[in-house]
Amino acid sequence: MSNTVMTKKGKIADLRSRDEIKAERRKERTGVYLVVPGLLLLLLFFAVPVMVLLSMSLYARPEGASIGEFVPALEFRNYATVLGSYWPDLLRSFGFALIATVLALLIGYPMAYLVAVRLRQHGLLQGILLVLLIAPFFSSFILRTQAWKQILADEGFVAQTMKFLAILPADGHLTATPFAVVAGLTYNFLPFMVLPIYANLGRLDTRLLEASGDLYAGPMTSFFRVTLPLSAPGVFAGTLLTFIPAAGDYVNAALLGNNRNTTMIGQVIDSRFFKVIDYPGAAALSFVLMLSILVLVTIYIRRFGTKELM
Amino acid sequence: MSHSRGQLPEDPKIRALVQAMSQRSMSRRGVLGAAGALGLTGLLAACGTGGSGGGSNGPAAAVKDISETDPTVNWANWTLYLDYDDKEKTYPTLDQFTKQTGISVNYVEDIDGNDTYYGKVQGQLNAGQDIGQDLITLTDWMAGRIIRQGYTQELDHANIPNMANLLPNLQNVDFDPGRKNSLTWQTGYAGIAWNKKKFPKGLKNVSDLWDPALKGRITVLDEMRDTMGLLMLENGVDITGSWGEAEFGAALDDLRKNIGNGQIRQVKGNSYKEDFISGDAVAGVVWSGDIVQMNFENDDQWEFIIPEAGGALWSDNLMVPIASPRKSNAEELMNFYYDPKVAAEVAAYVNFICPVVGAKEEMEKIDPSLVDNPLIFPTDEDLSHAHVFRSLSAEEENTLGSEFQSAIGA
Repeated sequence: MSNTVMTKKGKIADLRSRDEIKAERRKERTGVYLVVPGLLLLLLFFAVPVMVLLSMSLYARPEGASIGEFVPALEFRNYATVLGSYWPDLLRSFGFALIATVLALLIGYPMAYLVAVRLRQHGLLQGILLVLLIAPFFSSFILRTQAWKQILADEGFVAQTMKFLAILPADGHLTATPFAVVAGLTYNFLPFMVLPIYANLGRLDTRLLEASGDLYAGPMTSFFRVTLPLSAPGVFAGTLLTFIPAAGDYVNAALLGNNRNTTMIGQVIDSRFFKVIDYPGAAALSFVLMLSILVLVTIYIRRFGTKELM
Repeated sequence: MSHSRGQLPEDPKIRALVQAMSQRSMSRRGVLGAAGALGLTGLLAACGTGGSGGGSNGPAAAVKDISETDPTVNWANWTLYLDYDDKEKTYPTLDQFTKQTGISVNYVEDIDGNDTYYGKVQGQLNAGQDIGQDLITLTDWMAGRIIRQGYTQELDHANIPNMANLLPNLQNVDFDPGRKNSLTWQTGYAGIAWNKKKFPKGLKNVSDLWDPALKGRITVLDEMRDTMGLLMLENGVDITGSWGEAEFGAALDDLRKNIGNGQIRQVKGNSYKEDFISGDAVAGVVWSGDIVQMNFENDDQWEFIIPEAGGALWSDNLMVPIASPRKSNAEELMNFYYDPKVAAEVAAYVNFICPVVGAKEEMEKIDPSLVDNPLIFPTDEDLSHAHVFRSLSAEEENTLGSEFQSAIGA
């Protein structure tokens, strides 16, 4: 591929003609121009809001101010205040998101494997199952979560059956519990786990599995030594796409949780912003959430990331 | 005709800018506010980063009334809060109003919480901008806040002759002396209710909600003044009077304890009704009219009472936001709904306390069964058990509101 050679004096000489070089440069410039709209969009809708958020988080409430009145300041205490009060909710959010991600992986991987690999010869069935995977997106996220509330209700079939089988104590309930919130998160973000893994496994070369079999590897060994490592980029993308939105989610906790041990940080930000009208506090929490996710994801990428993402 | 010096341009955006610039030293805050008003940094303005007004003076007032040339009025209200014809999909009294006055109404059920609605429009109101509504409906304490902040227009009582029909005890309220800026829409109680079949024992007081048999089956309202009001009344506190942080704190501890031990399943707004219907909640702190409507649709399952220690009384109030250019139309609408006959029609549907004198007599003709319903037409005896949570200072709203939100885990 290289157009350069080392001359005797050790200099690099370009073998291409001037016109070729010009054409190459023009191509590069076109590439840059193509990126500009995207960069501008990001600048306007990401960088600027983040700066506004950061400055808002340092605003102060002057003595005797009316509700919603804040003045520009460098009030770093805002961070200490909200973190002091809400660190348990922040930790809980990451805990719930982590459990939901692991569960979604355990449930989602076999689903993706079935559709992408096992049913490769059965086009119709594969298509139907794929549509079913995406089908939840056709209806509202809120409505689906609300439906779970009805399904898991005290008087509902599930809770009654579990009580009958003594899995659930007689005065126990399923809704308004951490269990319901994690289940809701898992359910709602499952497609985000399945689709990247599916896309990845769809490209899996099954001849490799045959080769592995020829080398006397059992199905389990083949899976763990061949399939899983090859699908790592899909798993990686799926876990990120599940964990990040799940950590900031507040719909599941608001609809399926209680007011004691299920509060997630998104709910706190919502109530600081809209109910208490504490804009700096809400901004500080949002910023902390964003930074923590960034740090966690960076560590994750460093530790497990593959070069060929997705 | 040239503008005199004191006069400001009519366009609220330009006006905000001119005002900000005319301040001797142009503070950064003012610049942001003015720029925000011009939409240059709409984001900043929407977040209410201070803006140009906000203090006791409030934002700029006096817009030109275009009611004459633009016969419409935009009204933001809560859900299920106006008579509605299910078959025709229309609001009969609104149609009547349009026929009578030629003013068409854009009615939106836009408000699902005082706090959230305030959070939504505060930035615009603060910048003196038209929020696209000519009439908004908010609860006493929030009405007090936005009147105090100068976000409403003064009403011309000459345009609302029917205002004379307002119940005497609502004519003078501490958040709006003389009803200069507001007029009551509906009034109601916060009390307690229970499912008669699942809890035949029934309730008499708020403390009965802590019965072990009801563990995990209780919901309370996330409206601070209602839930805290009932809890404080239970502790013998006069919520209308001059209680302080100690009394509030004691009641908050009761709330915390019962959330912590799982007695209270959830703290909710309007959506508590679903939990009552699904059976997840068996009893709780509720709003009076809701129970009447739910009973109507679900075979009379629940009973509502005002606790023996007293219930909380609240009202929702109609107000004309700052910079609405159709104030006269809005006033005409208020006048229309204070006609006892119209008020009775609304009351027959919404089932809250009707604030209009003479509506009871009109109700005879519409639905005689409702005339003796104490939840719509309470007697003086009934009203003596219901109390209004006293107005809070801005400082108290901030600290108590924040404590309450933390206690309910949000």
